[in-house]
Amino acid sequence: MTSAPALEQPVSTAESAEPELPTPVVAPESLSVKFNDVGRAFGGRTVLRNVTMTVNPGEVVAILGASGCGKSTLLRAVGGLDVGFTGELLIGDRAVSRYDERTAVGFQEPRLLPWRSIRRNIELGLPRDLEKSAGKARVDELLDLVGLSDRAHLRPREISGGMAQRASLARALARQPGVLLLDEPFGALDALTRLKMQDLLMDVHASTGTTVLLVTHDVNEAMQLADRILLLGCPDSDPAEGATVKSLVTVPGTRPRNRASQDLARLGSQLYAGLGVDSH
Amino acid sequence: MNLQTIQARLPEINQAMLETFAMIGVAIPLAVLLGTPLGIWLWSHAPAGLKPTPKSHAVVSTVVNMVRSFPFLILLIAIIPFTRLIVGTSVGTAAVIVPLTINAIPYFARLVEQNITQLGTGAVEASRAMGATRGQIIRHVLLVDAKPAIIGSITITTVSFISYSAMSGLVGGGGIGDLAIRYGYYRYETETMVVACVLMVLLVTVVQYSGTRLVRFTDKRVTA
Repeated sequence: MTSAPALEQPVSTAESAEPELPTPVVAPESLSVKFNDVGRAFGGRTVLRNVTMTVNPGEVVAILGASGCGKSTLLRAVGGLDVGFTGELLIGDRAVSRYDERTAVGFQEPRLLPWRSIRRNIELGLPRDLEKSAGKARVDELLDLVGLSDRAHLRPREISGGMAQRASLARALARQPGVLLLDEPFGALDALTRLKMQDLLMDVHASTGTTVLLVTHDVNEAMQLADRILLLGCPDSDPAEGATVKSLVTVPGTRPRNRASQDLARLGSQLYAGLGVDSH
Repeated sequence: MNLQTIQARLPEINQAMLETFAMIGVAIPLAVLLGTPLGIWLWSHAPAGLKPTPKSHAVVSTVVNMVRSFPFLILLIAIIPFTRLIVGTSVGTAAVIVPLTINAIPYFARLVEQNITQLGTGAVEASRAMGATRGQIIRHVLLVDAKPAIIGSITITTVSFISYSAMSGLVGGGGIGDLAIRYGYYRYETETMVVACVLMVLLVTVVQYSGTRLVRFTDKRVTA
């Protein structure tokens, strides 16, 4: 691979439209994530290459890209779910470790244990050294945060998909992660529930201040939630080369953003173009 | 059909049923007790498992295959020295329980391994990502999730070994299957043969029915 490491390439209009960066509330435990020339190949097939960027503590970065371009692969590398990558990946100032305890992952499916109540499922996410009473208090808090206090005794089968996804988010937050990794967490939900979940995530971020890496294929979701958007893509000339950073843009404005804003519409069509989709 | 023949054979039939119960009642619980950890070990130490140790896995897997490939009749005789070491005799019901158990352990272990392999990887990965230890994952996720399937495997193993136990006659082990062979086949007592076969069918039916009911009862995934 001969290409130089990709640099941050802010889209010009986005930068000129809103110069000041939103200042996130940095929670004490939120951590930075540094990618240094990260790549991943499965067998002989390169999926990701030369990913270099830094996510600041407390920042929300959306990872956007076409299907199969390595978004999830990148996220799994940060969580230590996959350690087969090349290059360097730091969380805070320490390299990522197997199933890194400083991260928590929310998957596209809730992955709750069907025989446990919602409360007992969220308890699974608690750090092991936490005292019982403190653990109970934290689960109560989380149930309240995601609005499931009155459903805590139910089993996953008895609640809706959106509720299950909220329980899954609460479980991920239970260990107070320095970096919250979300892999298309709202991808399987209906459009209305998805909007509500986006608001919930904004609330969660406002109250915890944790760093969030959010994989999504939804341009509007990315613009609504993220401070910055990382666009992954393959070069048009040779898709087999593997995906890398196509652009890294700062989203104008502060959350909650007006979904109808002109700036967002402009950024949206740029992102769609970057994804190889006509915005019409 | 001569009812008097059957009546005359009742003590033997009783005795044979007791022997069958003894063989299955000892061999199957032991196989479950030892085969379950072995099955979990085979799954978790496989190259793609929770804690891959490919070399020792290959060794254990080969041993399991070897024991499983022995025809039960041959195993029965081949391990007579070992049987004598364990129960002090090479004939009788106790002497059959040893080879039955030896054969049932890897048999059941493979079934458990299969039961766990067929669970989705999602819950395991989520648990690992949340910092669960391997032991916690096995106890709280895999075994709970696989419980109905494992109970199904116990049923299958029990039924198979009721049939295997019929070969116990080779070392004077008795049992209802042996009765069918000795009295029904060698002595041409068709009546005894029929009664023994009906009893075996009943026994298998009861085992299978209870097993199926128990699976449905324990499947927490369905009953909320």
